[in-house]
Amino acid sequence: MNHSRGHIQPWIALVGLIALSALPLDAADPTRLLIREGPVGWGLVALMAAAIVAAIRAGRSLAAAILLALAAHGGAAMAIGLLPSLAGHTGSGFWALVLTSWLLVWALVTELSEWPRRPGLPGLVLSLLIPFLFGIWLLILWQIVVVVFQVPFVLIPPPSAIGARIATSLPILAADFRQTFFKSVVAGYAIGCGAGFLVAILVDRVSFLKRGLLPIGNLVSALPIVGIAPIMVMWFGFDWPSKAAVVVVSTFFPMLVNTVTGLSASQPISRDLMRTYAATYWQTLFKLRLPEAMPFVFNALKINSTLALIAAIVAEFFGTPIVGMGFRISTEVGRMNIDMVWAEIAVAALAGSAFYGVVALAERAATFWHPSFRT
Amino acid sequence: MTTAVSHRLAKPPGKLVPVLVVTLALIALWYVGAYFMNATLARDAFARAKKEPTASELLFATYAMDRPLLPAPHQIVTEIWKSTALTPVTSKKSLVYHSWITLSATLAGFLSGALLGLILAAAIVHVPSLDRSLMPWVIASQTIPIVAIAPMIVVVGYNLMNGQMGFSTDTSRFIAKALISTYLSFFPITVGLVKGLRSPDTILVDLMRTYSANRWQTFWKLRMPAALPFLFASMQVAIAISLVGAIVGELPTGASAGIGARLLAGSYYGQTVQIWSALIAASVLAALLVWMVSLGGTAVVKRMGLAR
Repeated sequence: MNHSRGHIQPWIALVGLIALSALPLDAADPTRLLIREGPVGWGLVALMAAAIVAAIRAGRSLAAAILLALAAHGGAAMAIGLLPSLAGHTGSGFWALVLTSWLLVWALVTELSEWPRRPGLPGLVLSLLIPFLFGIWLLILWQIVVVVFQVPFVLIPPPSAIGARIATSLPILAADFRQTFFKSVVAGYAIGCGAGFLVAILVDRVSFLKRGLLPIGNLVSALPIVGIAPIMVMWFGFDWPSKAAVVVVSTFFPMLVNTVTGLSASQPISRDLMRTYAATYWQTLFKLRLPEAMPFVFNALKINSTLALIAAIVAEFFGTPIVGMGFRISTEVGRMNIDMVWAEIAVAALAGSAFYGVVALAERAATFWHPSFRT
Repeated sequence: MTTAVSHRLAKPPGKLVPVLVVTLALIALWYVGAYFMNATLARDAFARAKKEPTASELLFATYAMDRPLLPAPHQIVTEIWKSTALTPVTSKKSLVYHSWITLSATLAGFLSGALLGLILAAAIVHVPSLDRSLMPWVIASQTIPIVAIAPMIVVVGYNLMNGQMGFSTDTSRFIAKALISTYLSFFPITVGLVKGLRSPDTILVDLMRTYSANRWQTFWKLRMPAALPFLFASMQVAIAISLVGAIVGELPTGASAGIGARLLAGSYYGQTVQIWSALIAASVLAALLVWMVSLGGTAVVKRMGLAR
């Protein structure tokens, strides 16, 4: 669509390159220029110039993309390396460096987005690379902004501090993860989804129940279920069973509603065909209706994978033994150890994404016949 | 979507009677459950009073306890009636007062979340590089337990606003809670709107081009109207989750007002009836909010002539 239109980012980057070569890095020391930082500085300027020229002249080539990536990340590495000596008195040259690197990566992403989507491994790598670059640059800019503006540590710690915290407190993080994920989440998820699935089959069999229970199920799906956490703590004690119970309740209804919808997804003509084969109810259920319901069931499994983790963590705010991700988050916030909180959040995010990914892979394997997966 | 539509067309047999029967059955089950869960406590109370209860005495005792494990439905109804109708709205004991505190943060968060979602969705639809770099993160962020960050946003935001910016305590809490609701509610709206803004057929977009409509006109005259049904569907999800965010946001700041604070206070002092009545209030609030959004959606869709 935009083939004829050239990109403007490399041109701005060119201006940025001139600025970063001419302007001082240090506000307190006007003689400190990037090109006086030795061969590394010179090399970086040359690399950036080459990348800009490549981006302007030979867009859409692998070599230009690699040059852009090298120049942008070289600039970012240089900026982060200079940070400790500049914090608090950064000059305009430093900002020109950050801005130019960022423009180069933007040019790279624009470039990559316009490459045709290819099937197979290269396409997969490409579609992962773009969001990966976005995430990396989020972290880079976060680090630079937090250090340069000396944002109070309790407000937002820099990613490097969070990384260091993760590295030093692996045993605590592992213990919390075991308590919250392997005990509460897995048990609650399995029971809640299993029960929802079985009740859905029963409800589907009895039309009266279907008409009566489904609107209630829909209503309950919208309710703030985490509110039952204090009650569950009272009933099942402080340890993981009470958290698993909250997870069971919050995963049950999405599964129920989705499975019931899925069971009526098969075409009447297919059901008639099963009847002409003299298939029994159970044969129809297992050979036609359950396979047809699988996309809906997996939809519920995916929704529930994130719901379960949230429910377990929030349930731990209401009382827990002295281990668990929710417990750690609420106590470390109280002690203003914000880096530990971010470490737990990083673990939770990783676990949540991995859990979702596993369910999505299972979906791909189980419903390979579905139009959305056929290519 | 389509199944719901064909469902409505087919005019299924009435839902009212089955729903009523199932609800009554659930309430009956609740009474039975309340008896069994509270029986041990009630027997202990009789034993302490050195009394041998008859079966009916025991039954009624389980339904009239001060701090039952599971309060009977009528106890909750009485408590709600007492704390709404019989207490002045301005009193700290009034459930209406607490609900309003939570509701105001929910609505503020929902509105700003909807605005943010709209801006993000419009940007994603119009800028290809944003679509491929930002959209995966919007989706991935749904797999992240956002509510887990709530205490941090609340505590840090509260300290920042109350300590450094000089907002009053109540305002700081309100803004912190609204921030969480914003954070929770913009995701469903972004995802739904991106889907909706892309829903017009290519042929219609091409038609707009033959009219030499610019992007702005195409957006407001074609894409936005086409996205409205999607917008309302995701707004139903967003407003429910926004309420959850406001309630969770009341847990960590030692807030003394709001439904979340009622839940927390109830769990500290073992006031089960208070917990349950706060829960029912939250449920009624959620149902009302979702219902109002769906009413708005139906009205708009009908007025636009899109209703099938």
